[in-house]
Amino acid sequence: MDLIIILHAGVATGTVILFATLGELITERSGVMNLGVEGMMLLGAMAAFGIANSTGNAWLGLLVAMFAGGVLAILHGIVVIQFRADQVVSGLSLTFLGTGVSLVLGEGLSDAGGVALLPAFDIPLLSAIPVIGPIMFANQSILTYLSYLLVPMIWYYINRTRPGLHLRAVGEYPAAADALGINVFRQRYLYVFIGGMLCGLAGAALSLAISPGWFSDKTTAGLGWIAIGLVIFAQWNPIRAALGSFLFGALRRLILDIQGPMVLFGVLRNPFFYDPYLGFFLQMLPYAFTIIVLVIGSREAMRKRLGAPAALGIPYVRGERGA
Amino acid sequence: MPESQYAVEMKGIVRRFPGVLANDNIDFNLRTGEIHALLGENGAGKSTLMNILTGLYRPDEGGISVNGQRVYFNSPKDAINAGIGMVHQHFMLVPSQSVTENILIGLDEPRFWLQLPKYEQKIKALEDQFNLKVDPQAKIWQLSVGEQQRVEILKMLYRGVSVLIMDEPTAVLAPQEIEGLFKTLRVMAAEGKSIVFISHKLNEVLEIADRITVLRRGKVTAVGIKASETNRAELAHLMVGRKVLFELEKKEQEPGKRVLSIEDIHALNNRRLPALRGVSMHVCAGEIVGVAAIAGNGQSELAEVITGLRECTAGRVLIGENEVQNRSARVSIDAGAAHIPEDRTHVGSAPNLSVTDNLIMKSYRRSPISHGMSINQSVAQEQAESLKDEYDIIVPTIKTPVRLLSGGNLQRVILAREISAEPELMIAVQPTRGLDVGAIEGVQQLLLDQREAGAAILLISEELEELVVLSDRIYVLYEGKVMGEVQNGDIDTIGQMMTGTRQEEISTEAKR
Amino acid sequence: MERISSKQRSLRIPFRIRLEQRMFIPRWLPIASSLGAVVVALIIGGVILWASGGNPFRSYAHVVRAAFGNLGVFNDTLVKASPLIMIGLACAIAFRMRLWNIGAEGQFYAGAFGASAVVLAPILPPDTSIWIMLPTMMLAGFIAGALWGFVPGYLKAKLNVNEIITSLMMNYIAISWNNYWIFAHWNESGFQMSPTFPKSAWLPRLADYAQQIPLFSGYTLHLGILLSLLMVFVIWFILYRSRWGYEIRLIGDNPKAAQYAGINIVRNTVLVMMLSGGLAGLAGMIEITGVVHRFQEKISSGYGFTGIIIAWLAKLNPFAVILVSILFGGLILAGREIQPSGIPLMLQGIILFCIISSEVLVRYRIRIRRRGDV
Repeated sequence: MDLIIILHAGVATGTVILFATLGELITERSGVMNLGVEGMMLLGAMAAFGIANSTGNAWLGLLVAMFAGGVLAILHGIVVIQFRADQVVSGLSLTFLGTGVSLVLGEGLSDAGGVALLPAFDIPLLSAIPVIGPIMFANQSILTYLSYLLVPMIWYYINRTRPGLHLRAVGEYPAAADALGINVFRQRYLYVFIGGMLCGLAGAALSLAISPGWFSDKTTAGLGWIAIGLVIFAQWNPIRAALGSFLFGALRRLILDIQGPMVLFGVLRNPFFYDPYLGFFLQMLPYAFTIIVLVIGSREAMRKRLGAPAALGIPYVRGERGA
Repeated sequence: MPESQYAVEMKGIVRRFPGVLANDNIDFNLRTGEIHALLGENGAGKSTLMNILTGLYRPDEGGISVNGQRVYFNSPKDAINAGIGMVHQHFMLVPSQSVTENILIGLDEPRFWLQLPKYEQKIKALEDQFNLKVDPQAKIWQLSVGEQQRVEILKMLYRGVSVLIMDEPTAVLAPQEIEGLFKTLRVMAAEGKSIVFISHKLNEVLEIADRITVLRRGKVTAVGIKASETNRAELAHLMVGRKVLFELEKKEQEPGKRVLSIEDIHALNNRRLPALRGVSMHVCAGEIVGVAAIAGNGQSELAEVITGLRECTAGRVLIGENEVQNRSARVSIDAGAAHIPEDRTHVGSAPNLSVTDNLIMKSYRRSPISHGMSINQSVAQEQAESLKDEYDIIVPTIKTPVRLLSGGNLQRVILAREISAEPELMIAVQPTRGLDVGAIEGVQQLLLDQREAGAAILLISEELEELVVLSDRIYVLYEGKVMGEVQNGDIDTIGQMMTGTRQEEISTEAKR
Repeated sequence: MERISSKQRSLRIPFRIRLEQRMFIPRWLPIASSLGAVVVALIIGGVILWASGGNPFRSYAHVVRAAFGNLGVFNDTLVKASPLIMIGLACAIAFRMRLWNIGAEGQFYAGAFGASAVVLAPILPPDTSIWIMLPTMMLAGFIAGALWGFVPGYLKAKLNVNEIITSLMMNYIAISWNNYWIFAHWNESGFQMSPTFPKSAWLPRLADYAQQIPLFSGYTLHLGILLSLLMVFVIWFILYRSRWGYEIRLIGDNPKAAQYAGINIVRNTVLVMMLSGGLAGLAGMIEITGVVHRFQEKISSGYGFTGIIIAWLAKLNPFAVILVSILFGGLILAGREIQPSGIPLMLQGIILFCIISSEVLVRYRIRIRRRGDV
């Protein structure tokens, strides 16, 4: 029960959720909701682990995972953008499909031994900063460091660049964007694909760096759904997404660690140590926490009357107003 | 190649939609530097024609030339590149973005970083040139409707268009704002821009246009006649195809007891800003009371507060003896209020349910349609059949989903439902908007019949003429306050009040 | 000038595709498109099977034989179909109101917990008459499922919290909750399952009457199938003949119109989520009392999710749910023996994808026209 260790692990686990959350965030900013995050993450995790296992090259695994996630997402894109199908149902079928395909192709992978993993290392100088250094910059995976860069980059991209301006326009008012010559379909395909790649990356981060291995559908255990919830909590803002993800990661670690000591905070008799069955209630915590976080996010959205991109979930049809 | 005299020439344009021939072999031409009005009723095909010119739709047949060059537009961008831009009736602005951001959407420059301050300067300069004042840093949702329209025009000017299409630009503006807009349009025409002015309002067209093209039911009835060589009556004939009855038969009758009383109502709009600030009015049995206001001055919120669809922050609403404010739509319905909503498709009907299901929306809780926990289907269908005949609803069967109905037919479904409940109070919001002339007369006659039958009717409309013809009294709303109450329909007085002059001020001015 | 235009024209694709909304939908079209979609899905699945080294014809033949080959396996298929019908209904009624209850899995677990608690808590002594025991268990299962549905329903109605995610999170919570009781309190001498229920807590099976009717010998089909069929009729009546159903359909089609008609959306949201959860809970109850006969882990092979597909494939029609559930019951049954284990799930995903893609054919007419045709 060392707070530094918990937060360090929180950042590591948070990285996985963060990639998925950012992926969903970007997709939703373009007006498309993709509930298939879990499926894309699983496929990514399986692909990354499988490729790293057979080629010995973790980086290749990472690339393939991103590509696989993106391809799966494109399937969703075709169905909801071109065929105007219901985005909720399509997202669900993507979850089934991604999970099913990963189980089929990942058959036997769980027995695979050690594979090449992605490196973890200290960042010189930064790791020496008290408190923050050991939590954020010491012995973290390279992907974690990548996520530190990705968050401000995505924020800047969305809010301060021309393509970001177009992304927002397509998600808020596609008819307006269309009238000014923006190809709404192409934009949405692009961000659905990028979102899928990030979800694939999240899967790869899981199986190649944060908790290495392939444990069939237990690999993600609902992390994809939690990521979708965090997007709402984040109010579609990448910085808040990072905050939520890392907090969430810390909570997961806390749940593991809290069962260790006999005494909590030096005085409390630790009930989780004496009655291990209470651990089942600890297992509920991440999911209960997601619900609470959603309630907070929704209340805030109602109060500030901001929130989801206005065109989220609505297929764009030229000539139909308001869509 | 000789320079063409036309900035734009469209020949033989045909465009079909499922079940509709929206444009039937239409010719249209636009000279450089002129203001050309495109006149026609709702649904005459004006917007479709212009959407073709701006590349949003592709024509099924026919061709377009710009400055004598044949062009093919695949997207609005092609049209803009050819110098043709449109200001839509419903503004195409992203509410959460700033003025500058909205103007920059879709341009090749800036390349990557937005560098907003630099472009804000450029936009300021353009604003000065054409006298279009608006803060470039403001977010769209913070702007008034008039300001948003200026942003739309700026958007097109910034793109250097030479042809500007304005789709019903005056519908949402106050009279003074309309004057300002006309001034801007004239400045633009003087600088060599060509302007297409889409409208169905004869007065405006005659005031602003150099030439006029008239459409009726997808066909051209007059191509480019000079505004100076025509008149109101001729245009009305070209637009409607038959003599228009400007007077309906309205019996003199004494109003009865008070049915609706509104006392000092305050309410917020969807943006949580004050929409109603202390409105009081009343409506008696057997009278039609009009509410005149420019769009967005609280009239929609007023209707919603009365019908229980919006909460009010203060005040009382009484229907008969019952206090109905802040309870629910159910309470207002039970108190005897019927409601013809502003938005027929999104509020007034359920598109995928059948005509029958839509007709029983208000009566399914009451006997004989309600039978214990269940709904008596055969009674419901009988009633639907008889309403269908009585109100001339044209549908294949009463099982047809209402999304397949035309606007006029859908409005008849709603009227049939609301009137058949024999309401004591009828709240009618824009009951004739978007209907063709025949349908409009039918709806207006139904309202007058209701008045004769002793219903109290609150009529909220943006068509001043309709209000004046139908109403016994008219309240004028401005920014959520009642500016005054008019007995005899004096359009000038109403117009002044609609722009924020109090009745007292007008009368003192008159005395002076 | 002519030359330029013809050159321009040749640069573009000679055809264009346009989706036009259909004015009238023929009755046969939705059914035909669903069937077509399933066929296409099976072909795609077959190609994937073939690509990964399997023999699709053998696999499919195996599914048909193992699920519908003789009365014995068809019996097993119907046993699988019973809870599926119930869950398919649960999803259908929620989806009809455009409430995305994807927590049927958790509600199923909760229902199993509720029903088991009657025996294990115990609420009723083991020697209670079957006439009291089973109805009590049903009620307990329904209530537990309804409570599980209440949480996302209430949050959606009152706070506008996305019900998709909350209902899904409730799945994980239900599983942990059940495990706590299985492991900590109700296990039998260290095994991770409860003792077998007394006979009074078993749904009657055909085989139980083998002495009277020898034909029934060996058939495990239980009363659950009748309960499910009864619920089909009840849900059909609610949806298409009752005032409440009218409200549900109106809210589902246009919530603003429903509000305008004076319908209480908040209350209906909570009630429909509770009914949906209750039905899924009942499914858990009949699985526990009809098949498992004890409280244990992993009682569902993803029934809750299959129910979503069933509801969609049945186009939310209660009677169509029966047929689709039987098909999926067979698929799950036969799929257990197919390796790798992910194949049925993958097939389900492909089928659902094909179904929603095929809906475009129902709603729109696809027109391909030559460019420049006059």
